[in-house]
Amino acid sequence: MASLTAGRRGGRTDAALRAALGVGVLLLIVLLWDLGVRGQWVLVFGIKMAFLPPPVEVARLLWDFAFGGLYDDAYSAALWEHLGASTSRVLAGFGLATAIGVPLGVLMGRFVWVNAALDPAVNLFRPIPATAWVPLVLLIIGFGNQATVFLITLSAFFPILLNTLAAVKEVPPRMVEAGRMLGTSGWGILLKVVVPAATPGIVSGLRIGLGLAWVILVLGEANGIDTGLGAMITLAREQVRTDRVVVGMIVIGLAGFLSDRVLVRGLGLLFGRRPLVRA
Amino acid sequence: MRSRARSALTRVTRHAQAGGVVLDGVGKRYPGRRGEPDVEAVADVDLEVAPGEFVAVVGASGCGKSTLLRILAGFESQTSGVVEVGGRPVTGPGSERGVVFQDYGLFPWLTVRENVTFGPRQRGVPRQTARRHALEVIETVGLSRFTDRFPGELSGGMQQRVAIARVLANDPALLLMDEPFGALDALTRTQMQHELRRIHRETGTTVLLVTHSLEEACYLADRVVVMSGGASHGVPGHVSQVVTVDLGDERDVNGESFNALERRLVAAVHGEESAP
Repeated sequence: MASLTAGRRGGRTDAALRAALGVGVLLLIVLLWDLGVRGQWVLVFGIKMAFLPPPVEVARLLWDFAFGGLYDDAYSAALWEHLGASTSRVLAGFGLATAIGVPLGVLMGRFVWVNAALDPAVNLFRPIPATAWVPLVLLIIGFGNQATVFLITLSAFFPILLNTLAAVKEVPPRMVEAGRMLGTSGWGILLKVVVPAATPGIVSGLRIGLGLAWVILVLGEANGIDTGLGAMITLAREQVRTDRVVVGMIVIGLAGFLSDRVLVRGLGLLFGRRPLVRA
Repeated sequence: MRSRARSALTRVTRHAQAGGVVLDGVGKRYPGRRGEPDVEAVADVDLEVAPGEFVAVVGASGCGKSTLLRILAGFESQTSGVVEVGGRPVTGPGSERGVVFQDYGLFPWLTVRENVTFGPRQRGVPRQTARRHALEVIETVGLSRFTDRFPGELSGGMQQRVAIARVLANDPALLLMDEPFGALDALTRTQMQHELRRIHRETGTTVLLVTHSLEEACYLADRVVVMSGGASHGVPGHVSQVVTVDLGDERDVNGESFNALERRLVAAVHGEESAP
């Protein structure tokens, strides 16, 4: 019993140490950033640190963006509005991609004919990056919300589809045999055996898709949109407001990170102790 | 408590009459790879198993014993001959033929109880009835303390008990077991053999057990079917001998007659193997 407690305590110390290490590296990056700006370092790729705002200034701007009271301009305390607009676009695109990608992936993975019908099309469209879609989308949809949601849907769709497809194909034949000899067939096998067995892989696809949704957001919001983090960054670049660009980057990074945590936690609540999400 | 478990098992017995097996001239041929001739895994297998009988199938790897079991389960279909269970031809898997796999094949996302209720629920048994029956069957295999655990949290022996419980919950007429204890350690294995013997007596279900342990076959079975040949021997797998185990109900694995019988089986299995 004593050794067990010691082991557990050791585990906790370990976790604390690892967290400290991670935070330490982050602090180091901020420190180097500050030194670089002060010393006007020029790094590889011709990175001119002198053009960057110092971290303190970015922190002040971020605070004002979130809570206001420092600068009193159009962006004071406007973070929530921009974040809300961006989040709703991400959710719409991600939701649509999930609603299409998961069922399609399951059907492709399970039915040879569905796979034969769709596999060539998927493989032809998949390598076209979202950036390459932008000009066409602007011409056939036009600037704005719909174009952005379309681009997000498109880019989240493929990882969700392909991960679902792979996960379904990798379901051990034994699981299906077990289901059949217990008296299940047809849709029962699909819904009660194949889908749960593939769930860890499907969840991996959802996480990748959600991450990509935030990546593509900036691209989509760059054109014809007023409210949104991507729109804010684009405008800031046009106004050469490097500090505001950095603030926008930080907020999008945090939003992407948090949305992944929310997704994993949410699924965790849904699944309880069931081993359905990869550790 | 035991009597409650028994009442669950009498329900099983009712169906056991349907558990007779008839194999008549059964063969399985796989199409050969490009340009090569077909592979004949099994040929001309004749075997009848009476309802309630316990039959073990032994033989070297590749002799087709698992193929035979998979055909009976309905996972594969024979390419020749007749396969009947309970007087009806086998056309696919069915809940009246429960299969216990060597690798358990439990659903890892379901608890022990949910794994056991899975079959009955799929067949439309009401939730409460299925649940009550499941708890009884789980008690039969001695896992009452673990009903809410997930398979990944159990030892191999316990997982195999769950696998047995989930097919018993379906009241199967025939229990098909494919080297069920092959992955277990020796101690657990012996224990599981005792339990299987008890369960067979209590349920009266027909059992077909594929095993590579001759001792296991001698200890459990009423008859032992020895298979030999196999694609790698150039001869299709076939039944070379059927040995009746006349050791009675109380079997002493260290007893004289037990060892004599086991030696006979060893000779039957290996004699064929060394033949040209």
